Amino acid sequence: MSKILNTESKGDITIISTEGYFNKDLGEDLKNFTDQEIKKGGKHFLINLKESKIVNSIGASILIEIIEELQTVDGTLSFCNLSPIIGKTFKIMGLTKYCTTYENEEEAVNAIG
Amino acid sequence: MKKNPTVELKLPIIKDMELVATHTSDVISKHMQLSEDDTAEISMALIEACINAFEHSETKEEIYIHFIINDDNLTIKVIDKGKGFDASSIKLPNIDEKVGSSERKRGWGLMLMQELMDKVHFESDDSGTTLTMTKNKEKDE
Repeated sequence: MSKILNTESKGDITIISTEGYFNKDLGEDLKNFTDQEIKKGGKHFLINLKESKIVNSIGASILIEIIEELQTVDGTLSFCNLSPIIGKTFKIMGLTKYCTTYENEEEAVNAIG
Repeated sequence: MKKNPTVELKLPIIKDMELVATHTSDVISKHMQLSEDDTAEISMALIEACINAFEHSETKEEIYIHFIINDDNLTIKVIDKGKGFDASSIKLPNIDEKVGSSERKRGWGLMLMQELMDKVHFESDDSGTTLTMTKNKEKDE
C-alpha cells in the first residue's frame, strides 16, 4: 500500500520516489533509507511524491527527523510533484521553511544540481 | 421538519482504517458538489481526527463517524468511547521548537484540522470524546 517505489542518483542528488499513503510506515522507510545514504556521504535528497497523493501527520512528522539528520551534514531535503493537499499540509506544519518544493523532478534536479 | 441526511460509519481500530472514512467523505463531497480542494481538505482533516481517536483515546472499541449533510455545510462527528482529554492542555505545535530539539516531533493533528476545516469543536469527558468539524459549502459550489 505504501512503499519506496524507486531510488536513483543524479549527480549529488539522491531521488526517492514513493507510492501510496504517506503514513508512519512510509515515513520510517524514508528515514531508514536516508540514514543509510547519509552514512555513505549522501547530502541532498529529493522525494518525488507523484504517486503519493495523501499524507498523515505521523508520516510528515518523521520528515522533521530527516531534516535534523541532514542539518548535521549541511544537507538538503526537497520535494517534487506534491498534490495540492500535501503541499498545503507541509505549509501548515511549517515544513516548507526547512525544505524546498518543486513542480517536477526536472525542475528540482536543475535547481539543486 | 426535514431531517438532514446522515451517513454513519463504524471503524475498527486497525492500521490505515482511516482511509475507509476518506472514501466515504469523498463520495459525500461529490454528492454535495464540493470543490476538489474542499474534498481533499475534508479527507485530510478526517484522517487526523481518526488517528487522534485511534491513538489518544486508548479505547479498544470501534470509533463512530457521522457525516451530516446540510444544505450549506458538511458536519462530521468522530466519536470514541475512550478516556477523554482536557482540550485546554493542548499546545499547538511550532516547527521551530521541534527542529533540532528533543521535543516530540508529533502532535500536529488538531492544528491541521483547525486549518483545513471551518469549525472544529470537542466535547470530552472520561467516557469518551466527540469531535465535531464542519466544512462550509462555498456559495458558488
